[in-house]
Amino acid sequence: MTDGHLLEVENLHATAGGGEVVRGVDLTVRSGEVHVIMGPNGSGKSTLAHALMGRPGTTVTEGSVRLDGVELVGLPAWRRARAGLFLALQQPIEVPGVLLDATMAEALAPLGAGPPDRGALSDRLRQEAAAIGFDERFLSRALNVDLSGGERKRNEVLQLGVLRPPFCVLDEIDSGLDVDAVRAVARRIESATGEWGLGVVAVTHFHRLLRELRADHVHVLVAGKVVASGGPELAEELEHTGYAAYASPT
Amino acid sequence: MPLPSEKEEVWRYTPIDALDLDAYAPAVLGPAAPAAGPLAEAFVAGLASDLPVRAAMVTTLDGAVRSVDRGRLDDRVVVGAVSAASEGALGQVLTGGDALVRLNDAFHPDAVVVDVPAGVVVEDPIVVVHWCGAAPETGAVAPASFPRTVVRLGRGASAGVVEVVAGMPEGRGLVVPVVELRAGEGARLSYVGLQVLGPSAWHIARMAAASDRDATLRTFTVGLGGAYDRSRTDAVAAGPGATTELRSAYLGTGEQVHDVRTLQDHAAPHTTSDLLCKGAVAGSSRSVYSGLIRVRRGAVRTEAFQTNNNLVLDPNAHADSVPNLDIEENDVRCSHASTVGPVDEDQRYYLESRGVPPERAEQLIVLGFFDDIVQRSPVPASVGRLQREVGIRLTEALHVGDGSHG
Ligand SMILES: Nc1ncnc2c1ncn2[C@@H]1O[C@H](COP(=O)(O)OP(=O)(O)OP(=O)(O)O)[C@@H](O)[C@H]1O
Ligand SMILES: [Mg+2]
Repeated sequence: MTDGHLLEVENLHATAGGGEVVRGVDLTVRSGEVHVIMGPNGSGKSTLAHALMGRPGTTVTEGSVRLDGVELVGLPAWRRARAGLFLALQQPIEVPGVLLDATMAEALAPLGAGPPDRGALSDRLRQEAAAIGFDERFLSRALNVDLSGGERKRNEVLQLGVLRPPFCVLDEIDSGLDVDAVRAVARRIESATGEWGLGVVAVTHFHRLLRELRADHVHVLVAGKVVASGGPELAEELEHTGYAAYASPT
Repeated sequence: MPLPSEKEEVWRYTPIDALDLDAYAPAVLGPAAPAAGPLAEAFVAGLASDLPVRAAMVTTLDGAVRSVDRGRLDDRVVVGAVSAASEGALGQVLTGGDALVRLNDAFHPDAVVVDVPAGVVVEDPIVVVHWCGAAPETGAVAPASFPRTVVRLGRGASAGVVEVVAGMPEGRGLVVPVVELRAGEGARLSYVGLQVLGPSAWHIARMAAASDRDATLRTFTVGLGGAYDRSRTDAVAAGPGATTELRSAYLGTGEQVHDVRTLQDHAAPHTTSDLLCKGAVAGSSRSVYSGLIRVRRGAVRTEAFQTNNNLVLDPNAHADSVPNLDIEENDVRCSHASTVGPVDEDQRYYLESRGVPPERAEQLIVLGFFDDIVQRSPVPASVGRLQREVGIRLTEALHVGDGSHG
């Protein structure tokens, strides 16, 4: 187990489509920790995820995101990825003609060097596919093309396993997955927290993922702000009360 | 017959008005013809090694047949220069035609014919290479070349043809190929055309294809070379149940103009056509795609689809896309879609979020854009060569090779 990495989000504000959607978020994640973010539709969870990853069009207007002390705000997405952050998208993108295995080879290629050893990479791809029941036939297919919604989500987790970043943001990784797949995917992620000390920020609407991931912390995001933080019991409570108790902060 | 003019709809957006026929003369052929030269030989050898498993290979110099290697071809299949006696084979599919077709009629030295009789299945591709650009008699003008090809499949026959137009590595030149394809009843005809002429050549190609009852005709034309590269494909579904699949791809760099015109002509009921045309323009290059789906009266239950996707890779590059429908029947299903724009931001972000640097991400996406169509070439044996031809030009187009990535 390698640990000791630190992701610090401080007073993060971000705009998307002209409006401020993330309105001051603080979050500290250490290696091996699992943080779950819940919140109503449209509360800014995906925008927060993109602000962390550096999507063009999602503009950070204030605050900072540091990974092991390195400021990520201002860096392009690929630099953030290489600094150790991974984002599993709520809606993974189809890239026609660009193969999954070739992309992983590019992603792992050190700058200035050629792609990594093909054999080792292909073993790793197959191992990760087996761990989450992802059909091996998909490994040399174009990214997300002709994949079902659930297969796309598994594909994201597979890539996470291949790239082994210190931190990941999982945006509704469980939506679209069948019950068995949720278990398989959650187990893979949960074991990664031990294997290489993966720190997890998981956005979800479901209590189920939280249990499977053995979440340490739960944060409730409403209208772009964290309005409550606590342990797993907070999610339990939400199951009953919904978000009504958290009036939109102004 | 006057030369075409940009005022005509089928020549809109083209530089055709700049065509000055007096600047060109047909190559000297016949006994006095020059040797093809080392470049041509190297090109043919390279192509032969890229398509090692083939049924036959025909090479021409400016359309004059130089060699016919029948390899392992079925004896019943005719491949080679058509004799004067059977010149009746020409003009059966392509009727009408403009002044440029007339020029080809007048000046083509041979017609390469591939005649596959009824019931004969040719498993491996038949390769036809036209090396163009032998010097004309008077050195003051540039060479003009008029390759002519006819492929005919009898009832239930099956064959694939890969035809390559190359040459004119430097200096001006004009190549005006005419290709006729006919798939007889229930036949399966696959055709790949690759144009890799030098950067100053003009290539004005005309292809006419017809498929009879229940035939399947698949074509893939790839335009990479030339200063002006035009390919017009008219495909008629002549018999009930015929299926036509048209594919084309072009990549523009420098100041190139690529010009693709297609006609999906449904003249019989229960016919299907599916067209996919993908192009990218870089530098100051330009492209125009113009396609017409025509459903004639009586061609009920036609299904016709047309898709044109264009990537515009640089601010000075430009792509026009002009889809048209002309439908005279009610009981049909037709659609067209076209896109023109830069590399998709979401796709780039997705790759970057995995740690792929931006230039490499763009290169992968554009390569993938072409790979998506090249991989589905109707002649699978051509895929490797096509990928390489596209890859080489993309590397130039995207200014890759800065040393940071192999
Ligand atoms: N590019 C954009 N242009 C305009 N509005 C946007 C854009 N991106 C996000 N928004 C708006 O910002 C708000 C937050 O969106 P976001 O996708 O972050 O919500 P979410 O919490 O992830 O919701 P869900 O649970 O439905 O996934 C929404 O009101 C959305 O419409
Ligand atoms: Mg969301």
